[in-house]
Amino acid sequence: MDYLLWLIPAFPLVGFIVLALLGKHLSRFWIAIIGAGSVSLSAILTFVIGFSFLSSTPTGGHYSQTLWTWLEVAAFNPKITLYLDALSLVFVFVITFIGALIHIYSVAFMAADKDYARFFACMNLFVFSMLLLVLADNLLLLYLGWEGVGLCSYLLIGFWYENPTNGYAARKAFIITRLGDTAMAIGLFVIFYQFGTLVIPDILALAPSTWHEGATIATVAALLLLAGGIGKSAQLPLQTWLPDAMAGPSPVSALIHAATMVTAGVYLIARMHVIFQLSPIVQMIVAGIGAATLLIAGFSALTQYDIKRVLAYSTISQIGYMFLALGLGAWTAAIFHFMIHAFFKALLFLAAGAVIEALNHEHNMFKMGGLKNKLPVIFWTFLIGSASLAALPIISAGFYSKDQILWYAWASEHGSPILWLIALLGAFITAAYTTRMMVLTFWGDAKTSVGHYPGKLMTIPLIVLAFFSLFAGFIELPHNFGQFTLFSNLLHQVLPETVLKAGIHGELLFQLLALLVTFGGIYLAYIFWYKQPQRIEKLKRSAPLMSLYRFWFSGWGFDQVYQVLFVKPIVFIANINKNDVVDKLYQGITTATVHLYRLLSFTQSGSLRWYIIGLVIGAILILSIQLML
Amino acid sequence: MNAPISIEMVMLLAGILFILGIAGVIIRKNIIFMLLSVEIMLNAAGLAFVAAGSRWAQPDGQVMFIFILTMAAAEVSVGLALILRIYHQHKSLDIDKLKEMKG
Amino acid sequence: MKIHQLTYIAYCLKMDIFFYITAFVTLFSTIMVITRHNPVHALLYLVISLLSLSVIFFLLGAPFVALLEIIIYAGAIMVLFIFVIMLLNLGKETAAQEKAWLKPKIWIGPVILSTILLAELVYLITMAQPPSYTLQTVDSKAVAISLFGPYLIGVELAAMLLMAGVVGTAHIGQQKKTVLHRFLKEEEPS
Repeated sequence: MDYLLWLIPAFPLVGFIVLALLGKHLSRFWIAIIGAGSVSLSAILTFVIGFSFLSSTPTGGHYSQTLWTWLEVAAFNPKITLYLDALSLVFVFVITFIGALIHIYSVAFMAADKDYARFFACMNLFVFSMLLLVLADNLLLLYLGWEGVGLCSYLLIGFWYENPTNGYAARKAFIITRLGDTAMAIGLFVIFYQFGTLVIPDILALAPSTWHEGATIATVAALLLLAGGIGKSAQLPLQTWLPDAMAGPSPVSALIHAATMVTAGVYLIARMHVIFQLSPIVQMIVAGIGAATLLIAGFSALTQYDIKRVLAYSTISQIGYMFLALGLGAWTAAIFHFMIHAFFKALLFLAAGAVIEALNHEHNMFKMGGLKNKLPVIFWTFLIGSASLAALPIISAGFYSKDQILWYAWASEHGSPILWLIALLGAFITAAYTTRMMVLTFWGDAKTSVGHYPGKLMTIPLIVLAFFSLFAGFIELPHNFGQFTLFSNLLHQVLPETVLKAGIHGELLFQLLALLVTFGGIYLAYIFWYKQPQRIEKLKRSAPLMSLYRFWFSGWGFDQVYQVLFVKPIVFIANINKNDVVDKLYQGITTATVHLYRLLSFTQSGSLRWYIIGLVIGAILILSIQLML
Repeated sequence: MNAPISIEMVMLLAGILFILGIAGVIIRKNIIFMLLSVEIMLNAAGLAFVAAGSRWAQPDGQVMFIFILTMAAAEVSVGLALILRIYHQHKSLDIDKLKEMKG
Repeated sequence: MKIHQLTYIAYCLKMDIFFYITAFVTLFSTIMVITRHNPVHALLYLVISLLSLSVIFFLLGAPFVALLEIIIYAGAIMVLFIFVIMLLNLGKETAAQEKAWLKPKIWIGPVILSTILLAELVYLITMAQPPSYTLQTVDSKAVAISLFGPYLIGVELAAMLLMAGVVGTAHIGQQKKTVLHRFLKEEEPS
């Protein structure tokens, strides 16, 4: 089946080209068919190829297909090679399957939009770029996909460009991720300088023999790659763009800013895990960043009133969990959480989009409420997604993935009680803000009337995603819970097993603790925002709590700090150099030329006689010189 | 082959004709006269070519004259058509009145 | 055949005398061309100038060129001039106008300039004092071989030039509605 591999990214690419070139001439029906159909075809093909991959693992554990040589300069000849192993298979599956569901949802969601074709063209281009990113055999091709998804993210955040704030959000996302991308590009230079190749399997094979553990160069390379991952995945210093990125349409948030693109950093680190393993310091940094991010974003999510911003902060927080797992060396746990998170977060965003559309573009949760009976399908699917996000024990998929990370935070050899406590606190906050969002949106009194009800095209993807949010967790069960390890067995073809500390017991105890914490969070939120809202009012009267609230609400003031630290100085310098000192020199040349031209233009009198006299005088001069010499 | 024509004399004649042509172009204000003077200049150049070709017993001089002739024919046809249009638009052939192409 | 016989006869005669006479005729008629007031007179003098020049070509041993000079220059091109002068109906008024234009004040400067140039040219030509050569006849066959051999590209370019001339003339000469130049529109509000 591997010869069909190229078709997976080819379908969305063809879809993009057709929609971009002919979009204006196609009817909405055909745009929908092409836009959603191309990704659906990819998804079906992924199922077929994935089935053949799983039923008989190919030699070497991967399919690879070289399409052509991209460029050739001396020893540097990156090829367009697609490479499918267990890790990329998981990502390709998530991208095409969830991508297809979101595209189908978008057919109905965007139906009234005037730029129907542009939306689907950008979405198809995004799916193509993302597939290129995860299927790339070398880092250069990966970088092409990396930049491609960044571009599509920019285009889709700013999709409704008539509103200047959306354009601002798009630029912010683009520029901040660019910081990480630049670092990553330098990282690629370092890797190429060291190994003379950018082919990922070669690098992974060469690295342990070239670098010893803890080598400075390994740390530098790992740090630079990490910076790229942080930018794309909205982790601690560069996380400020993601909440603003919610300016885009809800399917965009679901596909790009929840399920796929923001987890590109997770993919990159998992893909280059050998380099990270060679640098324990960087692995600690990864875990630290993940832990700090999940807390900070969790607290911010607790204070937001825009439903999409809650979800955005929760995405940052959940990716923080993945980074924590990566830093702990729990590679498969990170990828497992990525997959489960993709299901329930895409579901939550799509359901939130449906709610927002039903309430005539009302984003404020405090103006929602009472939707439980009015939008039953959305209520139930949203409830399932929330349960998964809050890691409701046993019945939700999120429990199995998050429990694994919690367990490894304690038990892995890089684990520590502090990281475990942070992760536990994160789980508590997650449960709290999820319940708060749920309660405010669906219970209580109706504050806004429902404008229109979602159709089948919108509800069916929600139901499918809800199904996976419930049951996808059962492919990987904890040790004391049947120890069913289908998923990690698959991934262990690519990723190493997590090393545990010696003599660790009592997984059940930790699971019970996590359970307790989750229910605690849910109960707290239930009390505060549903049962006794007067308590919140009481709390709001306390000045220090209110300032803390505002601090969290603004995302821990990162935007303001960056404003002072980076934006102001640059604007200041730009203002000083407004007239561009260097440019003066060139302007001088221009001015001199203009003046000379003015001078010479006097000779162009329009009188033919004078021209000929000029010729004659010239001839006389030349002949005179001839005579004199 | 008695008393041959000396080459300097022919060249002198060509030079004088050329200067006369230039003088004509400068002095006259009527475009038709200027065009006639240009023809004189072209003829002078052709004469120099033919004399030189004859001096070295090479056909190139005459070939050049034929090219000059071709050029003159094209130039005259276009020039005269332009004169016709100018006269229709300006009702005058005074070169000093046609000074619009100033820098 | 005839041409060669004529050339031979000319060679047998005192050629330099012939040359000086025709050169004088050429110069005189050319001076008359640039000083006439009436365009038709100037044109007739130019025809004389061209005919005498063709005699000089003949004497120089280039009979083919001499014939071309008569046929194309004196024949075709001058006829074009006559047509234009007829079309524009340039007559006595033009002559009077030219008379008014040709004042010493106008022509004295250019004539001095031209004289300087002429003096320099004459000096340069006579200064060299080359040994005297006999001018040789180059017959039309050699010209034709040269023209369609090494100069073939030149012939093709000349063909293109002629075609451009034809197309350009046809385009410019179209009798359209009189379009005034945008600068002139303000002056003549007609």
